[in-house]
Amino acid sequence: MSADDSVILETRELTKAFGGLVAVNTVSVTVRKGEPHAIIGPNGAGKSTFVNLLTGHLPPSSGRVLFRGRDITGLPTHRISRLGIGRSYQKTNIFPTFSVFENCRLAAQSRLSTSMRFFRPAVTLAEVNRQAEQAMEQAGLAARRDRTAGTMSYGEQRQLEIAMVLATRPELLVLDEPLAGMGKEESERMVALLKGLAAQYSLVLVEHDMDAVFSLAATLTVMVNGTLLESGPVEQIRASQAVQDAYLGDGAEAY
Amino acid sequence: MTRLPRPAAIVLLALLALLAAYPLYGSLLFPEKYAFLLQKVTGIMILAIMAMSLDLLVGIAGMVSLGHAAFFGLGGYMLAILSPQYEAADIWVALPLALATVAAVSAVIGALSIRTNGISFIMITLAFGQMGYFFFNDSRLAGGSDGAFIYVMPTVEIAGVSLLNLESKLTFYYVVLGAFVGAFLLLRMVLASPFGRVVQAIGVNENRVRGLGFDPDRYKLVAFVIGATIAGLAGFLGAAQYGFVNPAMLSWHQSGQALVMVILGGTGTLFGPALGAFVLELARMGFESVTEHWLLPMGLFVIAVVVLLPKGVAGLLLQLERKPPPEAEDGA
Ligand SMILES: Nc1ncnc2c1ncn2[C@@H]1O[C@H](COP(=O)(O)OP(=O)(O)OP(=O)(O)O)[C@@H](O)[C@H]1O
Ligand SMILES: [Mg+2]
Repeated sequence: MSADDSVILETRELTKAFGGLVAVNTVSVTVRKGEPHAIIGPNGAGKSTFVNLLTGHLPPSSGRVLFRGRDITGLPTHRISRLGIGRSYQKTNIFPTFSVFENCRLAAQSRLSTSMRFFRPAVTLAEVNRQAEQAMEQAGLAARRDRTAGTMSYGEQRQLEIAMVLATRPELLVLDEPLAGMGKEESERMVALLKGLAAQYSLVLVEHDMDAVFSLAATLTVMVNGTLLESGPVEQIRASQAVQDAYLGDGAEAY
Repeated sequence: MTRLPRPAAIVLLALLALLAAYPLYGSLLFPEKYAFLLQKVTGIMILAIMAMSLDLLVGIAGMVSLGHAAFFGLGGYMLAILSPQYEAADIWVALPLALATVAAVSAVIGALSIRTNGISFIMITLAFGQMGYFFFNDSRLAGGSDGAFIYVMPTVEIAGVSLLNLESKLTFYYVVLGAFVGAFLLLRMVLASPFGRVVQAIGVNENRVRGLGFDPDRYKLVAFVIGATIAGLAGFLGAAQYGFVNPAMLSWHQSGQALVMVILGGTGTLFGPALGAFVLELARMGFESVTEHWLLPMGLFVIAVVVLLPKGVAGLLLQLERKPPPEAEDGA
């Protein structure tokens, strides 16, 4: 398929209709390794729906998704996760009654060839524990190890959301608004974390916060009403008149 | 669920001691009622096994089943079917065959049910349970609606040497006690395993489990089969105890009663539903001994427990352990 090795993810005319509403309309984008890719667009533009199509949470109406040149269109969510796409959610999606460690441990356990193991206690799987500890460390949650996840602050729960994704050892991170609802301080901590991740992983980032986007992304895709308005290097998009008019306003406020 | 909370451990050990020593003090304390109570408690332990097995589905995996008695009844019927008339069955043949049959049937029913959630799952399991009921009610396989007798207890022999004489009520009592403790330990082991952790996570947030790369349906199906098979063991023991099976063993009343035990005891804790079986059955015995209109006070009792202890008996024990931690209040 894609002869270009640097391409990790590609969509071809990806479309999703909910009845008469076309939430994602023939969107074709290319994500390359080492080029953090941000997706921006106003509320209801179809960003989360697009993410759901990438990760198998929704089946597309038409079009294709290729991951490392392999057609993954229509594969179930858990298969896509195991292929190496790790996804975080716009609305916090954790196991609130489990400890922080157990949230991450379970995520790491998902990389076993099978979890149909009935006899040995799960906590004795040393390699799984190590991956979980490492993910907590990376996400800055090591000190919260034994806290019940649902009792932590909102910002910490968002960090846990990321830690769980990291514990699955993905190749590509798809993060849906990791900064959503965060205060200033929490946001700064998260942006620092994301910067570290952008250096290590291939990244697709959906985000409203323009400061964060411009400091993190190399490539930018702008969506409006389900359609792709423009996609390309950040500088090109910033200079684009169409994007200025449709989305970024008069520039000053975007910064 | 990794560590048993201290108050629960204390209550369970006390219960175990009371059960194990019953033959010692029972005949001294209430000689007239000794044999009657021995029988009763044997029956309660069997129901406790069933309640724990249902908790795996309802409380832990989040699958509310109203058809669990089908597997209880099937386990019992298998003993009746495998027992030659007026002769003893060989337990080494009858028990594995009974459990394998329950496992196989539950795998089929599970595969057809687990894709649904919530009310649909309740309705489907209820429908399968009733199908099981009418299967034995209307067929000539084992006495139809009249049921069937098991005249002789199965033998437990190795190389022709009898290890246990199940005809002895006392021996059978200890066998059931062993099965009760064994089922509890087995389920706890399973819950601590990688498999068990996935099943618990499904009960909390199934979609996130899927997003992490697990196929929840496979884990739910295996949990369903494990729970059904343990219920089948309870039914097998129940049939052996009473020497009789009838279609009522599979009825939705029986399923509902097990569900009440699970809820009363505290869902998702295993030990709670076991205690729930004792609380419910002892309360029933108490009311029965006072009035023949015991159903009314019994109903009020269940309502009172559910209202006063929303998380069941287990919730009460868990509260004893941790005074609400102050840190639980901050954050979102
Ligand atoms: N499951 C669904 N069924 C029907 N309509 C849906 C569904 N999911 C999303 N939509 C609609 O599709 C459109 C795009 O929604 P989507 O959540 O993808 O937007 P978004 O760009 O992520 O917005 P936001 O910035 O607010 O998160 C909206 O009009 C939404 O109402
Ligand atoms: Mg969104």
